[in-house]
Amino acid sequence: MSDAITVSLNGNSEAIESGQSLQHALQQWDLADKKVATAINGDFVPRSRYANTRLNNGDQIDVVAPVGGG
Amino acid sequence: MNSSTFTLYGETFDSRFLLGTALYPSPQIMRDAIAASACKIVTLGLRRQNPNERDGAAIWDYIKDTGCHLLPNTAGCKSAKEAITLAEMSREIFDTAWIKLEVIGDDYNLQPDPYGLVDAAAVLIEEGFKVLPYTTDDLIVAKKLLDVGCEVLMPWGAPIGTGQGLMNKYNLRTLRERLPNTPLIIDAGLGKPSQATEAMEMGFDGILLNTAVAKAQNPALMAQAFAGAIDAGRQAFEAGLMVTRDTASASTPTIGQPFWHQHK
Repeated sequence: MSDAITVSLNGNSEAIESGQSLQHALQQWDLADKKVATAINGDFVPRSRYANTRLNNGDQIDVVAPVGGG
Repeated sequence: MNSSTFTLYGETFDSRFLLGTALYPSPQIMRDAIAASACKIVTLGLRRQNPNERDGAAIWDYIKDTGCHLLPNTAGCKSAKEAITLAEMSREIFDTAWIKLEVIGDDYNLQPDPYGLVDAAAVLIEEGFKVLPYTTDDLIVAKKLLDVGCEVLMPWGAPIGTGQGLMNKYNLRTLRERLPNTPLIIDAGLGKPSQATEAMEMGFDGILLNTAVAKAQNPALMAQAFAGAIDAGRQAFEAGLMVTRDTASASTPTIGQPFWHQHK
């Protein structure tokens, strides 16, 4: 098995395999097919780039979904 | 009866009422309030998604089904960078370039940070966004926002959720008089329908609110009340208000007055 790295998902620590794509990680977290948008370290990542975006140790991932708002 | 239409970023709407989708007792009550308001634009937000929580998806289904034009916000962002990222996420998720731009400068009164707001607006407009900035009632900030390409401004009436009404009428009148061709929407701080009427009588183009409706004991009825108040205010503005005066002036003709000069 590859080395594990730790990333932050919405403020919570998650261990994933090193070299994993964002697409794969979102699938693992059951978020890939949801109506969500994603940012890594404060930068927006378009859905079209999920498969080619590799996660690094310490990355802070924000996954957001619609809520009521004023 | 709806008042005249208004146009924002090239799109025309037959309601001048923009309604928020937060704080309702239930999604169904929110939907009832939106229907009662007859609004055509609703605001909504984005927050971190918990995979084990389904509430977000349910709210989205309810909002989507209203058929209203979506105006996502960047509520809670405290820097231009945060607001820009959230706007980019909103554009992808809601498939709209419209963004209610909020950059908050103070936790206590949620006052917009004018510097961050102008910086974020400039970047987002460059990226093709239709920016509707939540701003203060400051004329110079308003001009800076127009300079970077905003076509609509949304000055506050009072801090979000306070229900205080139009806090600084001098500044608001100044904005209206100095920017006669810019759509100006009063956003936040209204608590009563009469306050919405007052803003519309002053010539503002629309009203955006949330708390006053969502926190009413009967949100749908309050939404209807605000809709009527906004229409009344707009009709009054279009009709032209009379000039106020300090001395009385009889409305019933004095000519033909019976008993004229009969008293000694």
